[in-house]
Amino acid sequence: MIADSVIRDLRALLPSAAVLTADEDTAVYESDGLSAYRCRPGAVVLPETETQVIAILRLCHAAGVPVIARGSGTGLSGGALPREDSVLLGLAKLNKILHLDPLARSARVQPGVRNLAISGEAAAYGLYYAPDPSSQIACSIGGNVAENSGGVHCLKYGLTVHNVLGVRAVTIDGEILQLGGDCLDSPGYDLLALLHGSEGMLAVITEITVKLLPKPEHAQVILAAFDSVETAGAAVGAIIAGGILPAGLEMMDRPAIHAAEAFIHANYPLDAAAILLVEVDGTTEEMAEDLRCVHDILAANGATSARTAVDDTERLRFWAGRKNAFPAVGRLSPDYYCMDGTIPRRALPAVLYGIEVLSEEYGLRVANVFHAGDGNLHPLILYDANIPGELHKTEQLGARILELCVQYGGTITGEHGVGMEKIDQMCVQFRALELAAFHGIKAAFDPAGLLNPGKAVPTLQRCAELGAMHVHAGQLSHPHLPRF
Amino acid sequence: MQTLVDQVKDAYLARRMLQIRGGGSKDWYGNAAQGSVIDVSGHSGIVEYAPAELVLTAKAGTRLAEIETVLAANNQMLSFEPPHYGDSATLGGTLACGFSGARRPYSGSARDAVLGVQILDGRGDLLNFGGKVIKNVAGYDISRLTVGALGTLGIILQASVKVVPRPAATVTLQYELDQAASIVRMNELAGQPLPLTAAAWINGVLSLRLEGNAAAVLAAQAKLGGDILDHAADFWLAAREHTAPFFAGETPLWRLSVPPTVPPLDLPGKQAVTWGGAQRWLKSATPAASIYAAAARIGGHAALYRGARPQTGVFHALPAAVMALHRRLKTQFDPHGILNRGRLYSDF
Ligand SMILES: Cc1cc2nc3c(=O)[nH]c(=O)nc-3n(C[C@H](O)[C@H](O)[C@H](O)COP(=O)(O)OP(=O)(O)OC[C@H]3O[C@@H](n4cnc5c(N)ncnc54)[C@H](O)[C@@H]3O)c2cc1C
Repeated sequence: MIADSVIRDLRALLPSAAVLTADEDTAVYESDGLSAYRCRPGAVVLPETETQVIAILRLCHAAGVPVIARGSGTGLSGGALPREDSVLLGLAKLNKILHLDPLARSARVQPGVRNLAISGEAAAYGLYYAPDPSSQIACSIGGNVAENSGGVHCLKYGLTVHNVLGVRAVTIDGEILQLGGDCLDSPGYDLLALLHGSEGMLAVITEITVKLLPKPEHAQVILAAFDSVETAGAAVGAIIAGGILPAGLEMMDRPAIHAAEAFIHANYPLDAAAILLVEVDGTTEEMAEDLRCVHDILAANGATSARTAVDDTERLRFWAGRKNAFPAVGRLSPDYYCMDGTIPRRALPAVLYGIEVLSEEYGLRVANVFHAGDGNLHPLILYDANIPGELHKTEQLGARILELCVQYGGTITGEHGVGMEKIDQMCVQFRALELAAFHGIKAAFDPAGLLNPGKAVPTLQRCAELGAMHVHAGQLSHPHLPRF
Repeated sequence: MQTLVDQVKDAYLARRMLQIRGGGSKDWYGNAAQGSVIDVSGHSGIVEYAPAELVLTAKAGTRLAEIETVLAANNQMLSFEPPHYGDSATLGGTLACGFSGARRPYSGSARDAVLGVQILDGRGDLLNFGGKVIKNVAGYDISRLTVGALGTLGIILQASVKVVPRPAATVTLQYELDQAASIVRMNELAGQPLPLTAAAWINGVLSLRLEGNAAAVLAAQAKLGGDILDHAADFWLAAREHTAPFFAGETPLWRLSVPPTVPPLDLPGKQAVTWGGAQRWLKSATPAASIYAAAARIGGHAALYRGARPQTGVFHALPAAVMALHRRLKTQFDPHGILNRGRLYSDF
């Protein structure tokens, strides 16, 4: 689907092994972590330098060929889903840690570096890179910036956007943008923040300067059980209102507990309706005091049991249950689908109840894991793709769950991004005016719309056809102005 | 609010320029804007605040002081410790300027704290971005883009910010130490697991603030030694509000944002260091061009805070590609260029 002349020009730019067009070679790239969506790209290019990235972008720009950036392909919203008429730009070979400055506590790295590799390199200096998506052994730092990824420690340590000092990015016409760098801010608009979560639609990130933090001396985790999700939710609120900002604060409901226990044998209480994992960290003294406070609050807020892991082995086992919740649930059913909404925490009981009702309505089981500290809910829908129509039903149920999150004042995606998956729910969350502003941002960076086209922001026409647009077309002010 | 909307819609149709004003406490900041004043100070009040959610939503004209009082009553605070520069300081103005105080390197900036905004763009359209939840990646992050944009992309009408628990204990330790050694020390300590929440060097003295639970603060204090500063809150307030003696006098005051480990600036004048080395204050009559050049050489940037504005404007010039992008973004939000024209850069 890409003109032969373009492929020929790409081959002239890159070593032959770096341009893939044969079906068996491009098949590896046909989906990201959301494998229900697949498409073979017209070509895959695997540059090793920024100079090559620039040349590829210039060429595609001149030829009018769409370009889709890809890091490690662990994205869960179809952000790196190819198109037949597109070049898939794989950045995994740009995988060098260019510079690490222990005194300034920063590292300059290429986009294909794996998240965990940065902490690995920084460990020698007692430092680490804080955001820790569960996919951190595989996902790339470039992908993390493009999705503004979170992790189980982001309530205390922030998301990717809070832990990046600068990026170098290349626009579709081959222009280099240096946004931020080694300082804590930069003059003009905060384009560094804007690139976070931009899902490869604005520019291709070729270098990232991340902030490194001192590794906490110690970390300890409490496992608390509750006989209802309401009580567990209220206890989370009480811990936070009590002035403690735990390093991690995770909740799992009964189906998720059972799945994790069967898989990992983490010693989770099987009779509980919900469990909380509360991690506190810091110096020995700091941690001891916080642990005491958390135990007091849990006891006063209806925990049926609460115990601190006896040693590091048990602490890691408690976490292993949570961190493997997705694959654990995956064992219960041929397929599962992971949703990613955020809600104000106080709405948790109502939303979980709503999910239960929907789960019955659709006849599909749902297990819930929850970054409880920051309100980010991951309902996992269990289904069987081999049953005709079941994937479609699953997607419908997922969409209803996200709409529920919006209805309770939340959002359709906390950390996985919109990608291809949630494009229709964007019409529910935003009005035409905001969507038009998003298209305006896109046009300012990429007027021809060649970078990752069709993702993240729906066209107004798409929303209108869905009938989901909150504002009728007639209410758009200044209809004579171009809206994209 | 309707009157604000009508004012902007009228101005848009008439292509009349508007200068946005909250409490007026930061009129001195940035370049001079053109046009008649649109006053946002009446659009005020806390809209929603549930301490257990760690989120506060307020209208832009709400005084910072009011917000801080309400938070303190619930043992919480703004994570970015913003300077007020006057009693009339508002939330909207603070975010538009993107000001953050001493805590910034350790717990984040004003833009880091912002979760959502409602803005009035240059066509008079009300737009809502982000939300009231801590994690949200739906759509481009326009909320954070408006922070520090000095109103040039839209009038901030309302904002939701993440708030944090107030630390139970605090102590400030001081050391007589020269500037170069202090800069190294601040950076070394920031790389250790200590409850550091501020580090500054002013008038030959290194000051370190430790905060957290009482046990943590005591342990860190024992480890670091130094002289305990009485009335530490007043000290940090004076440093933040520029009422400390260092900031007095008619000599122009420059702010340089630099890589935190760079040695003392090679420029004439007096220097102070905040943000653990990443922010340098310079009282100097040196020509603007030399200061911008010196900042650029060390990988930083400079802005004039107080003093006669240079012809070229008070902010550091942007690389051409980045400036071109600024202009295109400005056009998207404010096609007639009526909002705070000239306040950030003379081009728009
Ligand atoms: C088991 C599992 C657990 C997960 N857990 C978490 C979690 O806890 N928290 C979380 O936030 N996410 C999680 N994720 C989702 C995913 O890992 C993250 O979104 C991650 O940041 C994606 O990185 P990647 O390198 O795989 O990006 P990809 O999937 O390759 O790409 C993601 C998006 O980024 C764009 N992109 C990639 N690289 C660049 C670049 N250099 N420049 C511009 N655009 C680029 C792509 O076009 C695409 O839109 C999980 C995924 C899995 C499979």
